[in-house]
Amino acid sequence: MLAVARCIVHRDLLLALRRRSDVATALLFFVIVASLFPLGVGAEPHLLRPIAPGVIWVAALLSSMLSLARLFAADHADGTLEQMLLGAAPLGVVVVAKGLAHWLIAGLPLVAIAPLIGLQYDLGGPGLYGVLALSLLLGTPVLSLIGAIGAALTLGLRGGGVLLALLVLPLYVPVLIFGAGSVEMAASGLSPAGHLLLLGALLVAAIAFSPWAVAAALRIAMD
Amino acid sequence: MNTTARWFWFSSPQTFFPLAGTIARWCALGAVPLAAAGLYVGLLVAPTDAQQGEVYRIIFIHVPAAWMSMLIYLVMAGWAAVGLAFNTRLSFMMAQALAPTGALFTFIALWTGALWGRPTWGAYWVWDARLTSELILLFLYLGFMALHASIDDVRRADRASALLAIVGAVNVPIIYYSVKWWNTLHQGASVSLTKAPSMATTMLTGMLLMALAFWLYSIAAALVRVRCIIRERE
Repeated sequence: MLAVARCIVHRDLLLALRRRSDVATALLFFVIVASLFPLGVGAEPHLLRPIAPGVIWVAALLSSMLSLARLFAADHADGTLEQMLLGAAPLGVVVVAKGLAHWLIAGLPLVAIAPLIGLQYDLGGPGLYGVLALSLLLGTPVLSLIGAIGAALTLGLRGGGVLLALLVLPLYVPVLIFGAGSVEMAASGLSPAGHLLLLGALLVAAIAFSPWAVAAALRIAMD
Repeated sequence: MNTTARWFWFSSPQTFFPLAGTIARWCALGAVPLAAAGLYVGLLVAPTDAQQGEVYRIIFIHVPAAWMSMLIYLVMAGWAAVGLAFNTRLSFMMAQALAPTGALFTFIALWTGALWGRPTWGAYWVWDARLTSELILLFLYLGFMALHASIDDVRRADRASALLAIVGAVNVPIIYYSVKWWNTLHQGASVSLTKAPSMATTMLTGMLLMALAFWLYSIAAALVRVRCIIRERE
């Protein structure tokens, strides 16, 4: 079972490595969205500092969502997904592996580059960058897992991208609140532990429940 | 054996179709006098509120609509779960038929809330926990309907949107509490919907009458819609 999961993660990472521009596009999108806000609201640090956590988190949400459409689409198109459904490995394990691969490709780069964006926004002390990265580290896997449900439901539909946003973004609200909230707490000198723990709870719940939902959605889509 | 047979008797669209018509007719007939009585009590009998004046009277529409918006989502998710568990066509049709009514009540609750908020809070929209979660509920309804509409294969549309409804129902409490905590952390207790501790009996009567009227209207509307869906599909 673990061998199957490792195999799928390896395969997806290899595919992403062969087509690096896809990974780079999502990351670039994140950076561009975050860079647009100062142009829109003005460059004064006292304006930017309070909105930085929210802006970075919203940009991460959108960037993670944009790459969701590719989660199952290619495998669906070439029939691999059908083989995975028919295969002996439990579909839940396959789904978790694909979610993990998606997070490694689309989530982890965001975690790495977010402190740099924070620097652009003059976020504050060094501890804050750590909190920002930690909150994204806990939150982006949740985004991948919840998003996988939406990606599986909208598999192969016309206008799937926009529909995916409509389905998935409302479900992202708690992650956004606790993620941005933790950084704001830290910025105002309070302990971000509560928010980070709640993010961790969301992550545990998402790991436990979303593979079931994704597997069911895939079975419905491939019926 | 016999009881199970009877239990599933009306789960067939053909046998349910005439029953739905009868129930819908009676519910619609019941909703009209109840709504009239509720509006009469609410607008004419109930005393003017000491703090809010006449403005508060919108709650006779607002509160029952907000109740219905949440209840209908739960009922819809319940039908969706029944449909996925027993693979009954009618359950999916019921879920599909309830969604527009639920979205309508969510919208009414938001709209009347805005009308009430303007004179009371001084703003049409406040990022209050209840308002925000109600708005997200509206998005969930719209997502459900959009997903159903964009899948051509009816069977797949039914099952996919049913799964989405269940996922949404699981998330609603999480969303509600996250928004609530977010709100209290952001702006303190600036606005709260807490009303006077003891509500006048006439106010409660009016609200309950309106709630009953909305219940009957929702049942009637959903059943009429489900009859259309049965006609369309069978």
